[in-house]
Amino acid sequence: MATQTRVLYERPQALLPVRMHYCPGCTHGIVHRLVAEALDEFDLVERAVGIAPVGCAVFAYDYFACDMIEAAHGRAPAVATGVKRVRPDLFVFTYQGDGDLASIGIAETIHAAARGENITVIFINNAVYGMTGGQMAPTTLPGMVTTTTPKGRDPKLAGHPIRVCELLSALEGPAYLSRVTVTDPKRVRAAKRAIRTAFQAQLKGLGFSLVEVLSTCPTRWGMSPGKALEWVESNMVPFYPIREFVVAEGLREA
Amino acid sequence: MPFTRGERILMRGNEAVVQAAIDAGCRAFFGYPITPQNQIPEEFSRLLPEVGGVFLQAESELAAINMVYGAAAAGVRAMTASSSPGISLKQEGISYLAESELPCVIVNIMRGGSGLGNIAPSQSDYFQATRGGGHGDYRTLVLAAWSVQELYDLTRQAFDLADQYLTPVLVLGDALLGQMMEPMVVPTEVVDPATLPPKPWATTGAKGRPHNVVNSLYIDPAKLEEVNARIQERYHRAQREVRYAAEQLEEAEFAVVAYGTAARVASSAIQQARAEGIAVGLFRPITLYPFPHAAVAERAERVKALLVVELSLGQMVEDVRLAVEGRRSVQFLGRSGGVVMTPAEVLGRIRAVAGMKEQ
Repeated sequence: MATQTRVLYERPQALLPVRMHYCPGCTHGIVHRLVAEALDEFDLVERAVGIAPVGCAVFAYDYFACDMIEAAHGRAPAVATGVKRVRPDLFVFTYQGDGDLASIGIAETIHAAARGENITVIFINNAVYGMTGGQMAPTTLPGMVTTTTPKGRDPKLAGHPIRVCELLSALEGPAYLSRVTVTDPKRVRAAKRAIRTAFQAQLKGLGFSLVEVLSTCPTRWGMSPGKALEWVESNMVPFYPIREFVVAEGLREA
Repeated sequence: MPFTRGERILMRGNEAVVQAAIDAGCRAFFGYPITPQNQIPEEFSRLLPEVGGVFLQAESELAAINMVYGAAAAGVRAMTASSSPGISLKQEGISYLAESELPCVIVNIMRGGSGLGNIAPSQSDYFQATRGGGHGDYRTLVLAAWSVQELYDLTRQAFDLADQYLTPVLVLGDALLGQMMEPMVVPTEVVDPATLPPKPWATTGAKGRPHNVVNSLYIDPAKLEEVNARIQERYHRAQREVRYAAEQLEEAEFAVVAYGTAARVASSAIQQARAEGIAVGLFRPITLYPFPHAAVAERAERVKALLVVELSLGQMVEDVRLAVEGRRSVQFLGRSGGVVMTPAEVLGRIRAVAGMKEQ
C-alpha cells in the first residue's frame, strides 16, 4: 500500500522562499506568516499591493510575493491611499512599526483612519525603535529603559505612551480595530482571526482596518526570546489591553 | 467654466494647469490648500470626478506627495500642486519619487520667500527646483511658463516627459501667472488614458509575472551607485529636451536672459530699448533643467554683454555664468520678496549695460 502524504504545514504562497533578516526570536516572522496565510486564503497574492515601512520591516518588500512599495518613514498610509484610490480593485495593506506609525506617521495614520480609507494596516508594537538601535518609541512603557531613556522613560520628561487603538476608536472611519499578540499558540490563532477580519473589512469595502500586534524585540530589550514573550504578557498586555475596539456591522466571520 | 476647444478663450493660469492635466490623461490629483494656487485643487475637485478621476484633499503636503507616489506606483498619471512653502514640505516625497523612478507632475505656483514669505509672485525657488530640492543625487526636469497658454502647454507636455524619463517633472509658474486671465487656445485633441503605453513596472497586482517592487532602498552602495548612474543617464538623454525662446536676438549686441514673469517684464523693456536704438534681444529658457547651457554660450559669443533679470536675488544667473564661462560680462537685476520690477527698471539697466547713462 502506497504511503499517503498529507501536507499539514508549508510556506504560504504569499511568502517568497528567501531568508529573512529578522533577529532570532523576533515576532515579525510570525506576523509575516499570518499576513501571508491570510493573503493565500483570500486568494489575494495576484491583486494585493503591500506597503513596507521604514523600520525593522523595511525589507518586507523582498519577502511578500505580491507587488510591494517601499514608503518613506511614516508615509505608508498616504502611499496606500494613493494606490487604493486609483485602483480600488486592488487589495492594499501596510505593514508598519510603532515609530513609523505612531510617531513620525501619526498624522497619516489618523487621517487615513478618519477618512475610512479602505486599506488594512498591520501595526507591530514592540515599544522600541529596533532597527536604529533601541531608542524610545511612542509606545515605550513608563519606566522602560531604552538607549534614549537610560534611566527609564519618565513621562514627565518624555511624555506618555500612545495607545493607538484607543486613539483611533474616537473616529468614525475605522471599520475594524483590534489589538492582539503572538506570545503563545492560542494568541497566534486569535491574531490570525483578527488579521482575517481586517482583510474582510477591506474586501467588503467597509473602511479602514488596523490590527495592532504586541510584539517582541529580544535584541533591543536585552532578553532571550522566551523571556521577551513573557515580558509582553507581564508588562505590555496590562498597559495595552488585548481586545477588539471597533467591529463594523456585518464583519463577523461566518 | 465652459469653453470651446480650438477657439481663443479667456482662462486663468491655475485653471489652465488643471485643464492641461486632464487633457493629458491625468486622473489623480492630491493636494493641500495654499495661496496662490488654490484654484488648482478647486478645479480638480470639480472636474476629475466628471472623467472618472480621483481628487483627494490630503491632510498635509507630505501626505499629498506620498499619495502621488502611491498613485504613480500604481501606473496612473498623477500630480500635485502647491506654492513655495508647500513645495518645501514635499521635498522628501520628491526625492523618493526620483529614486524610485516614478513619473509624476508637480506644479509650483511660486510666491515670495523665504519662510512664510508672502503670496506675491516670485522666482526664488529656482535653486530648489533645478538642483533636486530634497536629499540625494537627483534632479527633476523643470519647465517654466511665461503665459497662461504656456502653463497649459508645458503642464500637458510634462506628463509625457515624466513617463518618458521616469521622473518627477516640475512646472513653474508664479502668483501672477496663476492668478491672471489671458487669451489662450485649448487644443481639440485630448489623451485617453486607456491609450497610454502600459507601465510594466507598476504595482498593479502580480498576476502572471513576478512581483513588482517600487523602492528607493539599496543597502549595497555599489547597487545604489548603479541605480543613480541609470537615473543620471536619463538626465543626460533629457538634454535633447532643452527648450528656449529667443526674441530679437539676431544682430543683437546685448542679451537679456529671463524666464517666466520676469521675461514678460524684460520683453516690454526690450521693445522700449529697441525704440531707443539699443540692439538688445531676449533669451528665455523654458526648460530650467536641463538648462540651455549650450544655447546661452553660443548666443553669448555674439553679444557684448548679458543682463539676467529674475524675481530673486540671483539664482538662474549662476547657470548663465556657468554657460558663459567668463567670456562676457554677465550682469544681474533682481527683485525679491514678491516685488515685480517694472519695465522702466529693466530699461534703465539695459541702457547701463549698453554703456548709456541711466536716466
